[in-house]
Amino acid sequence: MTNPLNWLSQIASISRFSLQTIPERKGPSAAAAFGIAGVVAVMVGVLSIAQGIARTMQSSASPQDAIVLRGGSNTEMMSGLGGDDVKIIAEAPGLARSARGPLASSELFVVINLPKRSTGTDANVPLRGVVPAAFEVRERLRMVEGRAFEWGLNEVVVGVGAVREFSGLAVGSSLEVGGERWPIVGMFEAGGGIAESEIWCDAAVLQPAYRRGNSYQSVYAKLASAGSFSEFKDALTTDPRLNVKVIDAGTYYSSQAQVLYALITTLGTLIAILMAMGAVFGALNTMYTAVSARTREIATLRALGFRAGPVVISVLFESMLLAAAGGILGGALAYFAFDGFRTATLNWASFSQVTFAFDVTPGLMVQGLVWALAIGLLGGLMPAVRAARLPIATALREQ
Amino acid sequence: MKFFTLVWSNLKRKKLRTALTVLSILVAFVLFGFLAALRVAFSAGVEVAGLDRLFVRHKVSIIQFLPESYKQDMERIPGVDLAVFATWFGGTYQKPANFFARMPVDPEPFLDMFPEYILPEEEQAAWVANRIGAIAGRALAERFGWKIGDRIPLEPDIWMRKDGKAWEFELVGIYDGAEKGTDTTQFFFRHDYFDEARRWGEGSVGFYWVRVDDPERAAEVAAAIDAEFANSRYETKTEPEGAFVQGFANQVGNTGLMLMSIMGAVFFTILLVAGNTMAQSVRERIQELAVLKAVGFTDRGVLALVLAESCLLAMVGGFLGLAAAWMITSRGDPTGGMLQVFYFPTRDLVAGIVLVVLLGLVAGLLPAIRAQRLAIADALRR
Repeated sequence: MTNPLNWLSQIASISRFSLQTIPERKGPSAAAAFGIAGVVAVMVGVLSIAQGIARTMQSSASPQDAIVLRGGSNTEMMSGLGGDDVKIIAEAPGLARSARGPLASSELFVVINLPKRSTGTDANVPLRGVVPAAFEVRERLRMVEGRAFEWGLNEVVVGVGAVREFSGLAVGSSLEVGGERWPIVGMFEAGGGIAESEIWCDAAVLQPAYRRGNSYQSVYAKLASAGSFSEFKDALTTDPRLNVKVIDAGTYYSSQAQVLYALITTLGTLIAILMAMGAVFGALNTMYTAVSARTREIATLRALGFRAGPVVISVLFESMLLAAAGGILGGALAYFAFDGFRTATLNWASFSQVTFAFDVTPGLMVQGLVWALAIGLLGGLMPAVRAARLPIATALREQ
Repeated sequence: MKFFTLVWSNLKRKKLRTALTVLSILVAFVLFGFLAALRVAFSAGVEVAGLDRLFVRHKVSIIQFLPESYKQDMERIPGVDLAVFATWFGGTYQKPANFFARMPVDPEPFLDMFPEYILPEEEQAAWVANRIGAIAGRALAERFGWKIGDRIPLEPDIWMRKDGKAWEFELVGIYDGAEKGTDTTQFFFRHDYFDEARRWGEGSVGFYWVRVDDPERAAEVAAAIDAEFANSRYETKTEPEGAFVQGFANQVGNTGLMLMSIMGAVFFTILLVAGNTMAQSVRERIQELAVLKAVGFTDRGVLALVLAESCLLAMVGGFLGLAAAWMITSRGDPTGGMLQVFYFPTRDLVAGIVLVVLLGLVAGLLPAIRAQRLAIADALRR
């Protein structure tokens, strides 16, 4: 390796030469590239589900939000707070205030059965009873159709995600709650957050419908600033009249998504690993074929004075180029097929449906490309070494 | 079989290529088995749901309770043989991630309703005799290393005790599943103990299972149950157990379709790789095939020879893959407790075997046809 420049130019010329011969081997080359594209598309597709769920949960959280549940409970569904408790919570220090008073929304969380559009079978759709502060706590919520419900009336508004996924939620129709039919008067958006999967009504009318007396399940609070969380939390957890748990919204929502995220990521990765193994074998086959088809060419080059290093690198270059093509193709396939695809699943933590969109992020696409290149590297390495080790004299004699 | 040696030596000609193709087919079938087991896991319980069992819940939602007294009311309805209730307990065992289903039930009628939960007689007697006794499924007991006699504390979230303490149970039995698909990740304890100690909700239960005399009349009985409680404070929704479980699985999403799409992608890919290898090896041997024809092999014979080769390749890889999948899935849930059942069903194994043969035929078809159509004179001249 006397002259690095010479070395580089050797690589360039062998690589160009081998790339020019790809059309002659288009079958095997395409098979390897498509194989890798399949792996990447499946992996990115599956992981985009986990990403989509995580994003829905994250966009529900702002650093200024906190959630109060009964001590010992991890989800709203399991929690319970009395009417007196929520009054004490609303008086705690550290809360943001508006003209109406402290921004603490006491809420009731139940589920009702509604048929899922995709399957026609019943799903647990969340129904949330709120107090007026709720609309100030969740600033991103806005009505997109109809109007908000009237306080004190048996009326509901529905999230856009819920309308999309479940039957019978059109504005103007009605919903059966506790033996009566409540009109649906409006539809809202919530910046892609989890509230979009929900149906909302006045807590004061939901309490009697579900025979909950004067009780709630959670308090959603907006803090004066992100820094006042510990002040708020300490005041509540040290109050002898209360037995509550105070969680910042970021932690709360990520813990809600944790089970689903872990499940999908574990299974998705396992499937991708298995598929990648298959693709490595495919790539190895292709590259061994490529090398053996060019045995005489390579031997000629070596006889002309080309060194082993450039030969190895040129073979690797070819396999990684094919892999990169496959990776990009697979990523693009996943993006066009899955990105933004909307569906709903069961959030195990709250035992209710959450609607979300598959999210093919740039990070996932890069991850897919990295996997593709790794497959290309593994698939090209051994054939490359074989090419470089070919004994020139015998190779030249091969037919 | 006399041509087996010929086929075999053709495969041995390029050992590395054959090995790689076999390995990629093997991986595809491991994946096939894994996905089949996942599909079972996501539709957990549908296949083992009792045909004679109905599931009764509150009409508006499953989180609303029904009165305990419905048991007598339901058992009076003609066609109903037995009604048993249970309640979702929730709670936490040590930490939230240690999730499993926990339900208070009435031991004797419950075990009568679910003959697929196999509990030794002395353990049944111990459960009936011990108010704080509880039973756990085999998979659950193994997950936490529980032994009979262990004390199991549960921190409540919905069901506080009157005395404000944690619940504590004594493990008196471990049940096995009668079938592979039987869920043995659940934990059952006694309703009478639960009802007496809970702070609120006395006399209420979560849902019922109802056994009907005649499965043919299940729909009729379900309608009769709902009619019985219509316009009461607690209206019901009754459906066959299988339909309820399927509906519940659908809540997770159309996992079946998703897994099928993945499987489709895998097979498309493998077909490409294997088909391409076959095509390649036939291309390289055109002259030989022409020689075979020249010495008297028929067109059909050559076709069969090439097809046999691709089928053999598929079968070696495919059967090894299915066997490996069988072994991997029999080691159980890969997620550490998130899936209730996880096994490779025999039905899918049979489907896998059919797919292996199909793969061999499809991958070999184009090259085989090409070999069949080969004109001897042209091929020899190449």
